[in-house]
Amino acid sequence: MSTIFFLILFPLVVALALLVLKTDAARDIIVKVSAIVIAVASIYLAFTYFGSGGKFFDFENESINYLMMGIEICLAILIFYLGIKHKKYLASVLAAIQAPLMVWFELSIGHGIHVVNNLYIDRLSIIMVLIIGIIGTLITWYSIGYMKDFQHHHHDQPDRRPLFFFLMFLFLSAMFGIVVSNNLVWLYFFWEITTLCSFFLIGFTRTKEAINNSFRALIMNLLGGLGFVLAIIVLGTMGTLELNQLLLAGMMGYDLTLPVALLAFAGITKAAQMPFNSWLLGAMVAPTPTSALLHSSTMVKAGVFLIVKLAPVLSGNLAGIMVMTVGGITFLMASFAAISQSNAKRVLAYSTVANLGLIVACGGIGTSAAVWAAVMLIIFHAVTKSLLFLCVGTAEHNIGSRDIEDMDGLFGRMPKLAAFMIVGISGMFLAPLGMLISKWAAMKAFVDSGNVLLVMMIVFGSSATLFYWTKWLGKMTAIMAKQENIQGKVHKEEWLVLTSLTVMTVVICLIFPLMSTYLVVPYLTAVYSTVGTLALSAGNMYIMSGMLAIVVLLPLLFYGKTNKRIVPIYMAGANLGDDLSFENSMHQPTSVSLKNWYMEGYFGEKKMNLIGVLTTTAVLLFTFAVLLGGVL
Amino acid sequence: MSVTVIISIVAYLILAPIAGGLLAGIDRKISARMQGRFGPPILQPFYDFFKLLEKEPITVNKVQDFYVMCFLIFIVITGCFFFAGGDLLLVIFTLTLASIFLVIAAFSSNSPYAQIGAERELLQMMAYEPMVLITAIGFYLINGSFAISEIVSSEKMGILYLPGIFLGFVFILTIKLRKSPFDLSMSHHGHQELVKGLTTEFSGKTMAVIEIAHWYENIFLLGFVYLFFVNTASWSPVLAVAVCLVTYFIEILIDNSYARMKWQIAINASWIVAITLGFVNLLVIYYVR
Repeated sequence: MSTIFFLILFPLVVALALLVLKTDAARDIIVKVSAIVIAVASIYLAFTYFGSGGKFFDFENESINYLMMGIEICLAILIFYLGIKHKKYLASVLAAIQAPLMVWFELSIGHGIHVVNNLYIDRLSIIMVLIIGIIGTLITWYSIGYMKDFQHHHHDQPDRRPLFFFLMFLFLSAMFGIVVSNNLVWLYFFWEITTLCSFFLIGFTRTKEAINNSFRALIMNLLGGLGFVLAIIVLGTMGTLELNQLLLAGMMGYDLTLPVALLAFAGITKAAQMPFNSWLLGAMVAPTPTSALLHSSTMVKAGVFLIVKLAPVLSGNLAGIMVMTVGGITFLMASFAAISQSNAKRVLAYSTVANLGLIVACGGIGTSAAVWAAVMLIIFHAVTKSLLFLCVGTAEHNIGSRDIEDMDGLFGRMPKLAAFMIVGISGMFLAPLGMLISKWAAMKAFVDSGNVLLVMMIVFGSSATLFYWTKWLGKMTAIMAKQENIQGKVHKEEWLVLTSLTVMTVVICLIFPLMSTYLVVPYLTAVYSTVGTLALSAGNMYIMSGMLAIVVLLPLLFYGKTNKRIVPIYMAGANLGDDLSFENSMHQPTSVSLKNWYMEGYFGEKKMNLIGVLTTTAVLLFTFAVLLGGVL
Repeated sequence: MSVTVIISIVAYLILAPIAGGLLAGIDRKISARMQGRFGPPILQPFYDFFKLLEKEPITVNKVQDFYVMCFLIFIVITGCFFFAGGDLLLVIFTLTLASIFLVIAAFSSNSPYAQIGAERELLQMMAYEPMVLITAIGFYLINGSFAISEIVSSEKMGILYLPGIFLGFVFILTIKLRKSPFDLSMSHHGHQELVKGLTTEFSGKTMAVIEIAHWYENIFLLGFVYLFFVNTASWSPVLAVAVCLVTYFIEILIDNSYARMKWQIAINASWIVAITLGFVNLLVIYYVR
């Protein structure tokens, strides 16, 4: 249990230290040392509890509850003040409703409820701890070099890096708290901390756009937080505040649809599902490591973690139908919208929203096979998406643009980076790599759920996914003549992190049958007692690993080797020899530029968002109208 | 792996290019007759293939041959999975991987015409992918398994349960077999092609590799049609092969009766077909079950 405390408290201490230390050298060392310590501690925790089917810790301490309540009140006052200051009154209103409600509850109903186990650790927590402890710390490591460049590019601004690193480590601390809290009040406390961390991180640059977007994120997540508070109150009146008892009671047949739907609603806001996806899109105004952190190992993963955790009690009730419909619609519409984007970070953001939609939908189905797919998606997505975001961040600092159209010939300019990006992009949608394996499992779970509409959503969404990733992949692989190699300027911290993530992307695909056997399936067995046949038979898993070996070996052996004569490409007029311009019919040189397809008329972002937001809002309103109607 | 599986794989590896090449030869002969020409000998595709191998070895960069070779390798692997009775979804995903290699080969040249071809190929993939996945799901729903070995040894004849999906599949087969009106990315009809589409920058041996890959591909695509008509009855394989040939003839007929259409029509039509025929058929199976 001491390791759990260490994982929550150590990043907190580091965060405070980084807030007061102003020198580069001290910060570099502290970040690197503590990143290693946190990663090692996470792995140690995984080994310690690996064999146990799930352990609970009572850890009763009245003063902690009061401390948390005190912090919550302070934070609410802070939000209230900031909301007034920036004329975002909705944020103030939400804070003014939420905090007193929570305090009232804790002092009255909550006070009388005896919480047996405040903390727990099971295999799903272990997986999440490893993701946070390894991917999260890698991102902080990467930030060292990146934020130096960032400060260099924004030298007219005051140096806010102490705040930045404070928030990053505080985020990790809160995330560890989320994945090990069995007491819902504690879970809610950490949940709100992540909301605030992301609020400050998004508003980091203090531009008008950043402030607007940070408040949008704050308001949407406070709305989810309100759902969380209401769920706690409803559960409190039923007499429990423990996650494991909630799951147990739900699986034994007690009707918990309303509190579960409220908790799932909180998860939906945090996981940036439609109609709340706009906060995650807006979050990209922040420095790129923030996006990497929000998209891969923290924040949105907290949302899907909660929904996956609730999956057993979502299966087959109205709350589950709400969750799977919202997830399915989000997957489809976000995949479509990604086609129309040329900004690399927006493509990545829509892809995140889409994949989270898939995870959420799996959670809503709630069968063991669906949860298997959801957990696998969480793992693969965390690794691959952090790699892609960090690659885009490095590209942006070196080519001066995050637009995919400006990444022309990146293979010549930054070959290593382009190769990493190719691995990352392929990892998002191609066999035999991770995301496809999980999508395969998800598809089977969808089909077995008997929801034909959901099946259609994944079928069409997958096709769109194929389109937008491949056209980006095409830009990456295009060979342009006479490009100057500029990758020497990249910080060595960035290379280290990018290389590790690339290796991990491939390695986890090789070892995923082991992860399935030793982590995911035992978790499912503990939760469901019986685990149905998995989507991927053992034979297919081995085939996938074999294919991966071929895909890795072929380029190593044969890539870039030819004994043929190299000739210029064909152009409508005589090629002027550089493959970039030709002589036109008036004997004038004409330069060529190639652009991707965006199909604005079909998949325009506005249209897709409008459809998605309207339908999902209708689903949410309908569900809660029915549930509340049942209560009243 | 049982002996029959190994025999099927070896048979596919050896016979598929021969059958695929012959099919291409017959295709050209029938097309010529439809157009009032005499047409080349049936073996002409093979003559062309060997002639391509003799051409001067040139390329536009050092990497595209690699991608094209990967295209061939994964097309062959896809076919092996299919004829070994493997998982239908695995077949589809491997086929996607193979097709992506071809698209990337075209992209890698950074050539204007090749890139237009590559984007169009991608568009075609996006157009047909939903219907292909729905086909697999349809088979899964009636047989309870994605395994091709179980689909062919099932007592149920697919077509009786999946008539809508069959029609939808034949519709997108036009795209997959690169027939007009949906031969947007590369075409056998020179008069309606943008230079040479996707294959603009390929020549000699590389073209030969693409040809043979398509022969391999066409055979297992017709294998999908076969799946709809085969069951435990001894006469069903004969019927299934006959339907495959008729289907191919119909595709040739369509090819010669239409000019290339705009890409918008290709994606609209394919998705509408998937939503109507595919979706409705799935709905019916779900509720009849």
